[in-house]
Amino acid sequence: MSVSQEEQRSGVYQAHFRVWRGDEHAGDLADFTVEVHEGEVVLDIVHRLQATQAPDLAVRWNCKAGKCGSCSAEINGRPRLMCMTRMSVFDRTETITITPMRAFPVVRDLVTDVSFNYAKAREIPAFVPPAELAPGEYRMQQEDVGRSQEFRKCIECFLCQDTCHVVRDHEENKAAFAGPRFLMRIAELDMHPLDAAPDSGIDRKATAQDEHGLGYCNITKCCTEVCPEHIKITDNALIPLKERAADRKYDPLVWLGNKIRRRGE
Amino acid sequence: MATGTEPSSHTGATGVHTASRAAIPARHLRTDRWWLAPACTAAGLLAFIVYSTWRAFANADYYHAPYVSPFYSPCLAENCHTMRGGPNWEIFGSWWGLSPALLILIFPLGFRLTCYYYRKAYYRGFWASPPACAVAEPHKKYTGETRFPLILQNIHRYFFYFAVLVAGVLTYDTALTFRDEHYAWGHMGLGTLIFLVNIVLIWAYTVSCHSCRHIVGGRLKHFSKHPVRYRLWGWIGKLNERHMLLAWSSLVSVAVADFYVFLLASGAFPDPRFF
Repeated sequence: MSVSQEEQRSGVYQAHFRVWRGDEHAGDLADFTVEVHEGEVVLDIVHRLQATQAPDLAVRWNCKAGKCGSCSAEINGRPRLMCMTRMSVFDRTETITITPMRAFPVVRDLVTDVSFNYAKAREIPAFVPPAELAPGEYRMQQEDVGRSQEFRKCIECFLCQDTCHVVRDHEENKAAFAGPRFLMRIAELDMHPLDAAPDSGIDRKATAQDEHGLGYCNITKCCTEVCPEHIKITDNALIPLKERAADRKYDPLVWLGNKIRRRGE
Repeated sequence: MATGTEPSSHTGATGVHTASRAAIPARHLRTDRWWLAPACTAAGLLAFIVYSTWRAFANADYYHAPYVSPFYSPCLAENCHTMRGGPNWEIFGSWWGLSPALLILIFPLGFRLTCYYYRKAYYRGFWASPPACAVAEPHKKYTGETRFPLILQNIHRYFFYFAVLVAGVLTYDTALTFRDEHYAWGHMGLGTLIFLVNIVLIWAYTVSCHSCRHIVGGRLKHFSKHPVRYRLWGWIGKLNERHMLLAWSSLVSVAVADFYVFLLASGAFPDPRFF
């Protein structure tokens, strides 16, 4: 029996990998040949690599179940979770390239510094509780919260932030642009039936455009394409938020309607 | 272990080659045919632009009773072909000497140009911003839709309002196709069928628009207080999931309807009548 027939029978084969190794000063793609077993994911292979050939290989991971959002990387140039990328999607003879996320500063090997995202998260005003209700008294209809529940599936893997060309290809835009994950957060809060932000002087629709860079988004949908939770970020969060910002800033009819309605109250 | 790549080569670089990021010389490492989708999109849009420009400026062969080309309806100038019972509304009178199609096409063109799907299509296909996900774009600077002229994309909803009016007129034209060439009602030909398919696709594309979804119910904070609008929002949401498909199929159907009228009007063949 030939080697390839034996590999087919047992489900075990040797795969060729190129893994980026280095730090913020220098680095390069290093070649490895690693054993692959049937049913494994890319993160399994990275762990085998650590165990057998590169014990100092840095990789961030935690749950290995697609729920913690830690093992984000780029596999054959596509932003993906290593733990959710099955080896069976690749041809056995294919060379698989693994690099860290290329939108963020690298720390070492496959680990990047994602603190940009935490800084952006802090810039979004939190949920404002309604003044007339105490904790425990919140009552909401399912149809009122259904929309924003989709956004709560986010595991903060930051793959959408990584793939968004606004910051990936233009470092200078990082100061002005919150990124799809946090614009989605603004949309979630603006759609929340009990968010009392307007009463406290926070206009989420206008600030999304003025302070968080919604206008930079040109809705090319890469964030949606890479989301491991299959959240329709563009269609259900970013475009509705753009329409809400248009209500507030670019639509004189809505402005006039709001004026008349308030006068009638 | 990794070999050294001097960061000095990245000094002053931006994007994926910014000094603090992983030193990878390639603009992207994708191994799939990422270029295929934007190339097909650009080719499809380019083909339509060439065809529609020719037809819009032709100012001929756009009416063959009872069919009027959707490119020329409603006809707003005096130099239009007289269409019995058809959409002859001479708002612009006799001073307009160019093709009357130019007067009306500005509205569907504006609607499609500012459409959220087509924006994605031409930003990727023509402007390479980005050409595909995780493929570095060639531009040094990017301001998105924050400045003139792209900030005008925010008036999409106004083009939606006009698109509804135009779709209404095209519906009227489709009703008129149930006449024969002598304007007698109760007839149907192959053209009627083409016009019917076209108008269904035009309405489906128009109604599935993101602005329509927002106007109908998306702007609400409390769906529970507006059950009818919530129901409508849900239906439009289902259509909206197919917005890309509807955008392309309605683009093709409108071109087919126009080309069919062109063939009839230029005498290529008579309209096959069903009854």
